Amino acid sequence: MSYQGKKNIPKITSDRLLIKGGRIVNDDQSFNADIYMEDGIIKQIGDNLIVPGGVKTIETGGKMVIPGGIDIHTHFQMPYRGTTTVDDFAQGSKAALAGGTTMIVDHVIPDPGCSLMAAYDLWRQWADGTTCCDYSLHVDITHWNDSVKQEVDNLIKEKGVNSFQVYMAYKDYYQMSNSELYEIFSFLAERGGIAEVHAENGEIIAEEQARMLQMGITGPEGHVLSRPEELEAEAVFRAITIASQTNCPLYVTRVMSKSAADIISQARKKGNVVFGEPITASLGTDGTHYWSKNWAKAASFVTSPPLSPDPTTPDYLNTLLSSGDLSVTGSAHCTFSVAQKAIGKDDFTQIPEGVNGVEERMTVIWDKAVTTGKMDENMFVAVTSTNAAKILNLYPRKGRIAVGSDADLVVWDTDSIRTITAKTHNSAAEYNVFEGMELRGGPHVVICQGKIVLEDGNLHIISGAGRFIPCSPFPDFAYKRIKARKQLAVLRAVPRGMYDGPVSEFSMSRGGTPSASARTSPTKQPSRNLHQSGFSLAGPPTPDDIPIRPAGRRIVVPPGGRSNITSLS
Amino acid sequence: MSDCRKQWNREDELPVYLAGPITTGQNQRKSYGMFSSVEGAFESKTLDFDNYAVGGKGSRTPRNGSRERVLDAGDPIGKTSSVAREGSLTDSPGETGDVQPGVEVRYSSEKESSNGQSQRLLIKGGRVVNDDQSLYADVYIEDGLIKQVGENLVVPEGFKVIEANGLMVIPGGIDANTCLMKSYLGTQPADDFLHGTKAALAGGTTMIIDHVTPEPGESLLEAFECWQEAADKKACCDYSLHVDIPQWNEIVKDELELLVQEKGINSFQVYMAYKGVYQMSDSQLFEAFSFLKQLGAVVLVHAENGDVIAQEQKKILGMGITGPEGHPLSRPEELEAEAVFRAITLGNRVNCPVYITKVMSKSAADTIAQARRKGSIVFGEPITASLVTDGSHYWSKNWAKAAAYVTSPPLSPDPTTPDHLNTLLACGDLQVVGSAHCAYSTSQKAVGKDDFTQIPEGTNGVEERMGFVWDKAVAMGKMDENQFVAVTSTNAAKIFNLYPRKGRIAVGSDGDIVIWDPNSAKTITAKLQQSASEYNIFEGLECRGGPVLVLSRGQVVYEEGKLQVQQGTGRFIPRKHFPDYAYQRIKIRNQAKSKQGVTRGLYDGPVYDVIPTPKYITPSPSARTSPTSHQPAPIRNLHQSNFSLSGSQMDDSIPRRSGHRIVAPPGGRSNITSLG
Repeated sequence: MSYQGKKNIPKITSDRLLIKGGRIVNDDQSFNADIYMEDGIIKQIGDNLIVPGGVKTIETGGKMVIPGGIDIHTHFQMPYRGTTTVDDFAQGSKAALAGGTTMIVDHVIPDPGCSLMAAYDLWRQWADGTTCCDYSLHVDITHWNDSVKQEVDNLIKEKGVNSFQVYMAYKDYYQMSNSELYEIFSFLAERGGIAEVHAENGEIIAEEQARMLQMGITGPEGHVLSRPEELEAEAVFRAITIASQTNCPLYVTRVMSKSAADIISQARKKGNVVFGEPITASLGTDGTHYWSKNWAKAASFVTSPPLSPDPTTPDYLNTLLSSGDLSVTGSAHCTFSVAQKAIGKDDFTQIPEGVNGVEERMTVIWDKAVTTGKMDENMFVAVTSTNAAKILNLYPRKGRIAVGSDADLVVWDTDSIRTITAKTHNSAAEYNVFEGMELRGGPHVVICQGKIVLEDGNLHIISGAGRFIPCSPFPDFAYKRIKARKQLAVLRAVPRGMYDGPVSEFSMSRGGTPSASARTSPTKQPSRNLHQSGFSLAGPPTPDDIPIRPAGRRIVVPPGGRSNITSLS
Repeated sequence: MSDCRKQWNREDELPVYLAGPITTGQNQRKSYGMFSSVEGAFESKTLDFDNYAVGGKGSRTPRNGSRERVLDAGDPIGKTSSVAREGSLTDSPGETGDVQPGVEVRYSSEKESSNGQSQRLLIKGGRVVNDDQSLYADVYIEDGLIKQVGENLVVPEGFKVIEANGLMVIPGGIDANTCLMKSYLGTQPADDFLHGTKAALAGGTTMIIDHVTPEPGESLLEAFECWQEAADKKACCDYSLHVDIPQWNEIVKDELELLVQEKGINSFQVYMAYKGVYQMSDSQLFEAFSFLKQLGAVVLVHAENGDVIAQEQKKILGMGITGPEGHPLSRPEELEAEAVFRAITLGNRVNCPVYITKVMSKSAADTIAQARRKGSIVFGEPITASLVTDGSHYWSKNWAKAAAYVTSPPLSPDPTTPDHLNTLLACGDLQVVGSAHCAYSTSQKAVGKDDFTQIPEGTNGVEERMGFVWDKAVAMGKMDENQFVAVTSTNAAKIFNLYPRKGRIAVGSDGDIVIWDPNSAKTITAKLQQSASEYNIFEGLECRGGPVLVLSRGQVVYEEGKLQVQQGTGRFIPRKHFPDYAYQRIKIRNQAKSKQGVTRGLYDGPVYDVIPTPKYITPSPSARTSPTSHQPAPIRNLHQSNFSLSGSQMDDSIPRRSGHRIVAPPGGRSNITSLG
């Protein structure tokens, strides 16, 4: 680290920054260039930059410089039955920065029946002034009616929210019926929002939970036993079907199992606009720990959908992530203390759900996907940052190293090796689900809004530095195809002559569909005359077809003869 | 094969239908001790009867006294109903004489004709085709049962001889899906049990399994009895019944139990479509599946996502599309695939066999094929319509024609669908061919002339079923003749526990036999069909392969285009629960899959105090009770010691992060919850 120029004014150093000798890695290409940034914005990229004096310079020594990570799924300070998760926005975003993530997107979860707008304001209030990095918000739709519809509309238009999560699980609480999903998806498609879905079949889960408890299984293993992965796959399939019907882009949060990932990848092959988000935990570890004899350890892995007990799952998900079938990675960071988890010590259904992962996310992916040769460094940037920015419609402001983009950068050290442990992590949780894992790759320097926040292993963070970044609707990444399909998929009726044959009398009406009375006699129709002519190309009803008709059920020839529209031969 | 042998070797556990005679129908079945007289014959299945041939070759089919005669001249009963007679009259196409391979019928001796019962039949010179093998053999039938199969049979005097002339002799078809009494808005379909079974026999199908469709709120038992009564009066071939479950509640449960235990029903259909009428929620489906599994029944599923369909229908009507094209537009095939996937998931969770009725689209069929590959016990039933034609006709300008194709799930507009389904049928991914025959007249269909959602749903197909499977799959080289028998007859018999009484040509089986001519060709037209509906959705299609002669319980009912049937001769065939074909694996999986909890020491760390609102509605023992209150004392003591192997921790010096520290419980930490 050295300072150019004569004046060493510490204040300036944070505003003007030069990164020298790095290899810039974007999602599309890698190249060697220097980066100059000022006031939190990247101003110049290239060799031999002409920069003002008094600039702090970071010598990277050929290390990778990548766009800061975007963790698209966190639950900081999430309220749960009168308590909140142990990582609030300050603690959580600190952990994020320590792991190379410079932006987080948190979920606003209003209680069913409560106003979405009020919940949004509450979350903004919590986050503004405490978050150390830029953030944005998803809003979860936990119930559906016309006033919610109005609020969603306002959130999209005025509040900078473009993604809304719905739940297919948590029966009688958050769960939406298929009809509601259909309406929500239709509405979001119209307004340019992204439909995010927590995909699990809540009804079957409720049945399975009751069965497990009845069998006397009350420990955390009951969690995974009552939520087998096919229920996740089923719900993913259903969500994709409904989204495809409504022509709405779909985002599946927390892809935890092979079969769910397979369904997404198949659907993408068929052309559906669907994005899958594996989380740090599903990419880094598996569900065998639910059977741990240590209750507290087993409980710390409880999240929904659960981690798959199949130990080959992380490898498989990393493969699909590398091939592009899964698009983004989140962490679903939602940490509870052991005492909080112990609410469910006698009943696994009461264990608060959530695992850590915001700090480990980038490193886990580097270790599991890039060092194993599954993924290249550009894809690494895409899945940790760029794709998320595109879906949120923040690209190229975020997720790219380019002139004009935000100065959120990470100098990535591909060779560092770190052992994950709860003793040294930045989260406030007592357990780390990646405890003891040795992971290669990690951030060397983290720059957030043009300021160095991590250097030489030391965090220099300023609480409240984070800004809310509004997201605009109709992100091209998701909506370009949707728009084109909307124009194509116009359904047309077949223009036919009126059916004027005999109509069977019926007594009562059945079915819930809006039914135009089918009993009106054809003579009442004004257009009837066009067809009432006795002229028929087919000629008079031929006598030879009389014996063919089995007795009793013959069509009575209507008075005035048959029209050929309904001729039956 | 193995399971049938197992059944037959243990006399005491014979299926109920073989243990005693059934008294419905005009010909009593007598048990001649057939199991002892040809003991061991079952091992060689059909071949070696020489051991029993006392008289040797001398007694081979005496021909001297035989003479050709028109069969129904010998019909002594004379009770043939006028309707049936009319059917047989109007249907002779006139070209009876020039079907070239031909089948001759004659009597072995003259005196037998006076007996008149024509109970003894010998089919000579045919190739017997079962689902596992084909062989040249003669078949001797007496009293409606197959008594001998083999060459050089020794048979009593006085029987009718049918010369098959090398044609295939196959087990009569079983149509596992018909709806001959499914009323719509109070009107009955054009084809009742008489027309429907006549059409079935004319097509080579000798047994149908009809759907009992009670309205929501109606008693299943009463509906069943109503169906049985109607069918007993009218049906011309053997039949059995599925019962549809229109809703789920406690009363239904009792009725189901009764139906399974006493009425001989082992298959029930549930609906995932028809929102607000028949549709069940996932929870109800789960309960229904669990309950039916306990009863040992097969769950039939009408798989379509009714919620989304209701939305789509609203949308399509809102766009001003009211014609039949709105039907497929509002029921796109992925809704079918989605529901199939969900039904299979439910079946896997409950560990229950699932039978998907009416597989109409490629994606639904693919979903079934994939699930089978993963080991799910699921059966798929494409129907005649989906195997032959496609949904492009919904856009026909002729409203009546377009409406004739309306069925649910709809025919796929993708014209490659029939080919794909035939391929999957040939390779065994789909198992059974039904017809879903539910023919409404055009005036009935016209109830929905201004609103496609009101069009009664159903297509014809019971008569064309076998012919088209032959034409589309066997004649195309996709399928061999044995698989043809399997999908048209044997698999259905196995799934619904009728095997080997039905679905096989073997000693002891029912005399339901079809002589099949692979080379005959005919053009399908509504003018020449048995069905009473005015439209045939296969109108104008040419079909290779067809029955030349059909035997139903040992009686010739169809020959060279002529039907000789008598209404009310069909018997109800009761079916036992727990069919091996579906339930053998289920039973073993039940044993293998018992789950066990982890035995842990009790968690005795601090517990966060929660506010009382329960988060889930699941039955929850209060989580607020302090750990000391309900501990089984003896276990607890093992862990209460303060002794800890780990001693002081390395990180004891490092302060825990502020705010959320675990307070060490009074009495010290136990190592079960140690956090290091």
